[in-house]
Amino acid sequence: MTEQHFRHLENADNPQNLRRVAIDPVTRVEGHGKVTLLLDGDNRVRQARLHIVEFRGFEKFIQGRPYWEVPVLVQRLCGICPVSHLLAGAKAVDRLVGVDRIPPSAEKLRRLLHYGQVLQSHALHFFHLASPDLLFGFDSEAEKRNILELLRRDRFRDIALEGIRLRKFGQEVIRAVIGKRIHGVGPLPGGMNKHLSAADRALLEPQLDDVLGWARNGLELIRSLYLANADYHRRFAVIRSHFMALVTGDGAHELYDGKIRIQGDDGKILFDQLEDQRYTEFIHEQVKSWSYMKFPYLAALGPEEGWYRVGPLARVNACDFIDTPEAEAARREFLQLDQGLPVQASLAYHWARMIEILHCAERIRELLADPDLYAGELEARGERRHEGIGVIEAPRGVLIHHYRVDDDGLVTKANLIVSTTHNNTAMNEAIRQVAAEYLDGRELTEPLLNRIEIAIRAYDPCLSCATHAIGRMPLVVELVDAEGKSCQRLARHSDGSVEAA
Amino acid sequence: MRTLVLGYGNPGRGDDGLGPALVAGLEGRTAAAVTLQTAMQLQPEHVLDLEAHDRCLLIDAGLETPAPFRFEPLRPRRDASAFSHALSPWALLHVYRTTLRRPPPPVFLLTIAGSRFGLGETLSVPARRHLDRAMAFVITWLADARAVAG
Repeated sequence: MTEQHFRHLENADNPQNLRRVAIDPVTRVEGHGKVTLLLDGDNRVRQARLHIVEFRGFEKFIQGRPYWEVPVLVQRLCGICPVSHLLAGAKAVDRLVGVDRIPPSAEKLRRLLHYGQVLQSHALHFFHLASPDLLFGFDSEAEKRNILELLRRDRFRDIALEGIRLRKFGQEVIRAVIGKRIHGVGPLPGGMNKHLSAADRALLEPQLDDVLGWARNGLELIRSLYLANADYHRRFAVIRSHFMALVTGDGAHELYDGKIRIQGDDGKILFDQLEDQRYTEFIHEQVKSWSYMKFPYLAALGPEEGWYRVGPLARVNACDFIDTPEAEAARREFLQLDQGLPVQASLAYHWARMIEILHCAERIRELLADPDLYAGELEARGERRHEGIGVIEAPRGVLIHHYRVDDDGLVTKANLIVSTTHNNTAMNEAIRQVAAEYLDGRELTEPLLNRIEIAIRAYDPCLSCATHAIGRMPLVVELVDAEGKSCQRLARHSDGSVEAA
Repeated sequence: MRTLVLGYGNPGRGDDGLGPALVAGLEGRTAAAVTLQTAMQLQPEHVLDLEAHDRCLLIDAGLETPAPFRFEPLRPRRDASAFSHALSPWALLHVYRTTLRRPPPPVFLLTIAGSRFGLGETLSVPARRHLDRAMAFVITWLADARAVAG
């Protein structure tokens, strides 16, 4: 049973009579979202929602474009993990040109690109966005909770710097494969455009001992932080859900190309080796009037029972093993948290994320030693098709790109289910849990509200458009009373200063 | 002397793409010791790019910059920029100093005057003129070792 225990907080009976508190925008996540809480006169929480407030319309403006432009176009969806969209789009376009399997050299180059991308994205999330909460504490001053403050403190400087160096290495891997750290060019329909150069191998390989060391240190950091207050971390924002992840044919953890597995909340495998090309048969989406983000669910179980989680926690829980030794040892230890059952705590996402950083570093070392990266066929050809689906594990979870094209190769329909969308129900349930457990009946303070954000942050949601004007991002926090009048309003300016508005 | 030329801004937002456009124009025209790089925004990771060079030129677009461009040496300065995703250039130098515990290499900021920063726009006609003037300046600057002294 994956009952949403706090579902009663999705819709308040008489919202017009309740006090509204908004966290707008949610900070230290990618993109823009907001949380609204409705409270009665006794500060009892009656409703809690995570809203995605931006309408993207990406699927619409891809229509009419030639299919070969798709991988480059869709990278612009995101400034944090553009490689995920590049690769999912490229896999879909492979299908459009009739290629089900690209040559080994091309696949290994894409995998190298993907491991670099997952490594840098996870490092960004953990060290830049999430670790300040864990290192300074949930109740620390808001001004302190950022990577720059970590760098200023002697006790945290080394670990923060290692996080930055990890991310830089991941970015360098990306640049080596596609020419640029952001929005490069590499995948072609049916393959890749070039091999890795000997010069880039010479640049990357000597760094790997350090990279593995930093990855081990990061893993040990989250492990020790989590276990230092294990009962609290296990309970905080905990929800019980199913998990969805790609796995290989023999059940291994997989990021680039695999079959879909659904693990039940009790650890049993509900569905396995589902073909990603048939995702429409088992994933349906629900629309709610108060959010631009849809709510996917497993068609076989329905919207009430069929919601699930994706991302690092889902992948580490659902796989049978990780095929690199250090990450596998870390996975085994991780699963002891709940005696071999799937780990359900939202904050455990961070731990799983660091296991994956180590896995990516191990994989990158293997791949750089593989001669296929430096020679071999790069492109396959086939018979054109009118429909293509590409599915990968983005850093945040299963990412689906689906296109239809006409006889001229122009896109007639596009459907994207991004990772964060899969986690929509889970994130809402997590903030409802936090609201009910930690905020209910209490006078609201910034540290209490930060707990809501910490719950969301654990999922590393990417709500981004990555195109907001620098220094002009609207940042206003407003408290509105039961009559709808504004009681208090704070604004943050482009230089970061905050004042009452 | 290892020189970094880092143009930053969003090419999808009109004149905000002036920095990356200048760097693109330098491709194939610089010596091997010059590293060309582009970015959407300045981030803490760029400290490590500065670290690997003897002098650095950051190129940005400015809405209120006198035409055609402004060139200035940069000093580290802590500011209240709250976003680690988008550091100011002087804050980047401040992060360098506090993180690596030593002064940064000489860093200069070239700000090219822009006027239109709309989503999906290309460079405006005035910005293109400013870009040409800035390009000529940068090529001279790169060739002139005395520029290191500021």
